[in-house]
Amino acid sequence: MGLESALGEGYLTTRVDSLTNWARANAAWPMPMGLACCAIEMMAFAGPKYDAARFGSEVMRFSPRQSDVMIVAGWCTYKMSHAIRRIWDQMPDPKWCIAMGACASTGGMHRCYGVVQGVDNFLPVDTYISGCPPRPDAVLHALMKIQDKIKTEHSVMLDT
Amino acid sequence: MSLELSEPLQKVVDSLSENFSDKLVDVYQSSGDTFIRIEADALHEICLYLKNDLHYVYLSDIIGTDRYTSEDRFEVIYNLLSLKDEARFFLKVWCEEENPELDSVADIWKGANWNEREVYDMFGIKFRNHPDFRRIFLPEDFDYFPLRKEFPLLGIPGSIELPNTTPDTD
Ligand code: SF4
Repeated sequence: MGLESALGEGYLTTRVDSLTNWARANAAWPMPMGLACCAIEMMAFAGPKYDAARFGSEVMRFSPRQSDVMIVAGWCTYKMSHAIRRIWDQMPDPKWCIAMGACASTGGMHRCYGVVQGVDNFLPVDTYISGCPPRPDAVLHALMKIQDKIKTEHSVMLDT
Repeated sequence: MSLELSEPLQKVVDSLSENFSDKLVDVYQSSGDTFIRIEADALHEICLYLKNDLHYVYLSDIIGTDRYTSEDRFEVIYNLLSLKDEARFFLKVWCEEENPELDSVADIWKGANWNEREVYDMFGIKFRNHPDFRRIFLPEDFDYFPLRKEFPLLGIPGSIELPNTTPDTD
């Protein structure tokens, strides 16, 4: 069932912004930054039971060049933070970031010298997920929040 | 306290007190484990003897401890295992606070290499004649030893760098 069967002979008016955002929102490919236990729940999120494919996010891209949403799943050490930032910088714009779980959001129970107390210290995080670990449905919820955010963005700007 | 040593451990204590009587400081038991404390200057010699003559071929771990006392503040514990006798005991040495330094046993048990680097990384205890002596976990330019008691739980702010968040986009 493609768009053409729904439209029949007719036509549709929209804004370029809306069309672009609609396309982007439904093809947000994740960059899985699995650092600890939360990564297991992130795999469940992509698996058949929770099925991220319903939201167009089933393709986990291990190449930053092909991904749109970085899911930081797990606690991040100071040493690892440099690698994560480097991968983030390699992702093409537009890009979004999910801090998954207590550790990625705030450092969680790893309250010690070696762990960055929240990845928002060096990444622009769009959605935080609470929980230790969060359920896969919470990750889906975060993804839907990102989709809502994408749909309100100005994607085509007049550069004057 | 009277000791209830198993036969192989009795042999270890007997032969150590026979050959190194002035280097043997203390032998005690706690929670079913046997601890033997020796003088730090005889560490290498005794380890060599334990491996070659008593078949303690497996060094399963090296642990550092901050006793937080004014004299001989640091302690290093060697967890030794004899596969032949199926016996395990802990060999202990104390070292001073100002310049804690011990002989490396990496030439006796190869596995000691990384264990010793970890003890150095966490407590700053140096090991003489180590084949590859540097930090193992923390960044090379880190100035502190985090498992020492005076080190704050959350670390020293700014002591480990975060990545640059405004890279130049040229
Ligand atoms: S939030 Fe919990 S499950 Fe997730 S990485 Fe931290 S400790 Fe592991």
